[in-house]
Amino acid sequence: MEYILIFISAIFVNNIVLSQFLGICPFLGVSKKIDTSLGMSAAVAFVLTLATIVTWLVQHYVLDVFGLAYLQTIAFILVIAALVQMVEIILKKVSPALYQALGIFLPLITTNCAVLGVAILVIQKDFSLLQSVVYAFSTALGFGLALTVFAGMREQMELSSIPKGMRGMAIVMLSAGLLSLAFMGFSGVDGGLRLLFGLD
Amino acid sequence: MSYLSIIKNGIVKENPTFVLMLGMCPTLATTTSAINGMSMGLATMAVLICTNFVISCIKKVTPDMVRIPVFIVVIAAFVTILQMIIKAYLPEIDASLGLFIPLIVVNCIILGRAEAFAAKNSPVASLFDGIGIGLGFTIGLTLLGVCRELLGSGSVFGLQLLPETYNILLFVLPPGAFITLGFLVAIVNKLKKA
Repeated sequence: MEYILIFISAIFVNNIVLSQFLGICPFLGVSKKIDTSLGMSAAVAFVLTLATIVTWLVQHYVLDVFGLAYLQTIAFILVIAALVQMVEIILKKVSPALYQALGIFLPLITTNCAVLGVAILVIQKDFSLLQSVVYAFSTALGFGLALTVFAGMREQMELSSIPKGMRGMAIVMLSAGLLSLAFMGFSGVDGGLRLLFGLD
Repeated sequence: MSYLSIIKNGIVKENPTFVLMLGMCPTLATTTSAINGMSMGLATMAVLICTNFVISCIKKVTPDMVRIPVFIVVIAAFVTILQMIIKAYLPEIDASLGLFIPLIVVNCIILGRAEAFAAKNSPVASLFDGIGIGLGFTIGLTLLGVCRELLGSGSVFGLQLLPETYNILLFVLPPGAFITLGFLVAIVNKLKKA
């Protein structure tokens, strides 16, 4: 039950992009076409889940044990950068087809703040390893959902005529605002589910 | 290029918020009020000045192959120092900015300037570039914070200007961030053409 709650809340209620503002750069940068946005979402889901597992282990079995908690930021960013590089090398060897699909997105992910953000968030929320994995995976799904829906909106927007000053980033921001407004309709759903499952 | 024109370039021509559109995550997330926006801007500026200077100093001894990891470690070290200082002396800022202080590490402006400016120019010029871009970022965030605070809670820097019945709560909530920034960018576009 608790896991379902984490799942729903991370995708809809506290959507990583639209209500927590993490991973805005790829959200604005890679949302011009639906198929590229799907590729990006898959790559993020993969790296985000893997990075969260590794950083959780690093935090609990290395940093906490040796009293090095203040090195968290440096340790995490290095782990994530190394991990992305390793995933890239392994994918290239093991599955060239998958590498073809995800390859161009992988280097971009190191500086995706959603990855570091989620890694730090699960430590702050004091999640167990399983909770962290569920949280990371559902966050990535939420990211994918927002990205794909937004790409659909932008594909439609290409066809309409937009006032001169609004062209480019301005209209993109406004439409992101409307999408975020739509997702606000989910607020309160997690509280309702909590009552329903009797978690309070 | 004189140092003054480097600073001006960062504020006007390459303004990170309105022109380059970099570092959007903290821009949108921390501008619920003018003071939060300004503190985020100043925190980023502090890190940017230090990293630009140090990276420019070590650019000759850094092999090209491991350039990016070295830059990231330098940036992460300064962010950690800043994080400790803010936790120790400014706990209220730490509470309101929260997660976004460690996330300065992955702010694209910092790595972007390290690559685009500090790795090619002298340490002093890089220092001024850090000040310029940092000021541009701070101005952008403060402006966005002022607009959102005024529309959303009727005050500017905590000073109540509009009666509470005029507040539009939406502008303090996440959608307001996107919408306000969208209109500000449109206004900047219009001014640039005029």
